[in-house]
Amino acid sequence: MNHFVLHDAADTVAVVVVEGIQAGMQLRGWIMDDNRHIQMTAAQDIPLGHKIALTDMKAGDTVIKYGVDIGKVVKDMKAGEHAHVHNIKTKRW
Amino acid sequence: MISENTTFLGYRRENGRVGVRNHVIILPVDDLSNAACEAVAHNIKGAIAIPHPYGRLQFGADLELHFRTLIGTGSNPNVAAVVVIGIEDGWTKKIVDAIAATGKPVTGFGIEGYGDHETIKRASKIAKEYVQWASEKQRETCPISELWVSTKCGESDTTSGCGANPTVGAAFDKLHPLGNYLCFGETSEITGGESIVAARCANERVREQFMFMFNRYQDLINRHKTSDLSDSQPTKGNIAGGLTTIEEKALGNIQKIGKKCSVDGVIDKAEMPTHPGLWFMDSSSAAAEMVTLCAASGFAVHFFPTGQGNVIGNPILPVIKICANPRTVRLMSEHVDVDTSALLQSELTLEGAGDKLLECMLRTANGRLTAAEALGHREFVLTRLYESA
Repeated sequence: MNHFVLHDAADTVAVVVVEGIQAGMQLRGWIMDDNRHIQMTAAQDIPLGHKIALTDMKAGDTVIKYGVDIGKVVKDMKAGEHAHVHNIKTKRW
Repeated sequence: MISENTTFLGYRRENGRVGVRNHVIILPVDDLSNAACEAVAHNIKGAIAIPHPYGRLQFGADLELHFRTLIGTGSNPNVAAVVVIGIEDGWTKKIVDAIAATGKPVTGFGIEGYGDHETIKRASKIAKEYVQWASEKQRETCPISELWVSTKCGESDTTSGCGANPTVGAAFDKLHPLGNYLCFGETSEITGGESIVAARCANERVREQFMFMFNRYQDLINRHKTSDLSDSQPTKGNIAGGLTTIEEKALGNIQKIGKKCSVDGVIDKAEMPTHPGLWFMDSSSAAAEMVTLCAASGFAVHFFPTGQGNVIGNPILPVIKICANPRTVRLMSEHVDVDTSALLQSELTLEGAGDKLLECMLRTANGRLTAAEALGHREFVLTRLYESA
């Protein structure tokens, strides 16, 4: 089962695609663009559709998804944590 | 699965365009005429009224867009015949004359000097003739290239970007080489992915037109914004579904234009494309506004991917819902036409998902009602550019 998917191997966040992900669970991820799988441990509960951080990130870092810039980190996060509006913001508008 | 030999059963109209529905519509010019239109549609079974709240004291480009949208709606090949009702004769005639240029039956009525009762009586007589005439129209075999297909997503979440939208992209990549007219838009929701769209433009002229439309919308947002739009773009529903920034939403959005097809032209709102290919239409990202504009531009079938479960339909344009969110598919199954959630579990290939959508598209074109049609969704929302005079 794919627990999370990412588009590009360079992405720093990935999308959880199943319900019920809880802290401590071993997760299997699918890299869609090159059809490979990776492993990650959930550090927090993450709802379906929300993102998991794939690497440690500091405030000010650029978040990469689809292989491109989707915004900036506004609160430090560690790999496996829930990456959402509390720690990511747009750089625009 | 599809090739240039693929066909569907459509209604060929007087001007050669092919529709997939056979509606007789009762079209109000303005808000004041809604009651009469609804009364006529109540009297005559098979006719549908398309009420809306505008059409008085508009001026300039906003008025032109109003006319263009109503004329385009009446001219759409999914419409067999039209009754137009307005409060006065002048603007009513303007819309009737433009729809009449397609060759389809259309008659207009002004309410002033007659009142609702007399107008409803006169319009009902014509509407009855139109409905009976239209009911004898037969579908005929048409090449797939004659099907005009538009797309816009809504209530997106992260599964839209990795499942439902790439499904539309896979279908567009297969339709584009066949010479179909295709359309996407949602100018504000390109933000962050504009360079990707610009790079896909067929030539420098198209690229310049696209960037002009994109920058025009950015200027509008910058002029009116009171914040970073983080309560509007992404929407609350988008955020609940896991999206965080406009860039993330936009990059998911543009998965709908696939990986191969070029952007071949740019149109303003409710304008009609002039040659085959993929067209970018400058438009709002609000679902009902955009789908209404696609219908007014002449598109006959619409692909609508959703993540959290947008329930939208349109009075004349069949809206096919595509969803890859397993929870939405489970909880809102009555709204989903094409379930591509297996894509996220690698149990369905992108190619297979695109074929599944194209199969549903052909069945829809042949007459099968979409979920939105069966559920009675007829959202018709006119885009306004500014205040009335």
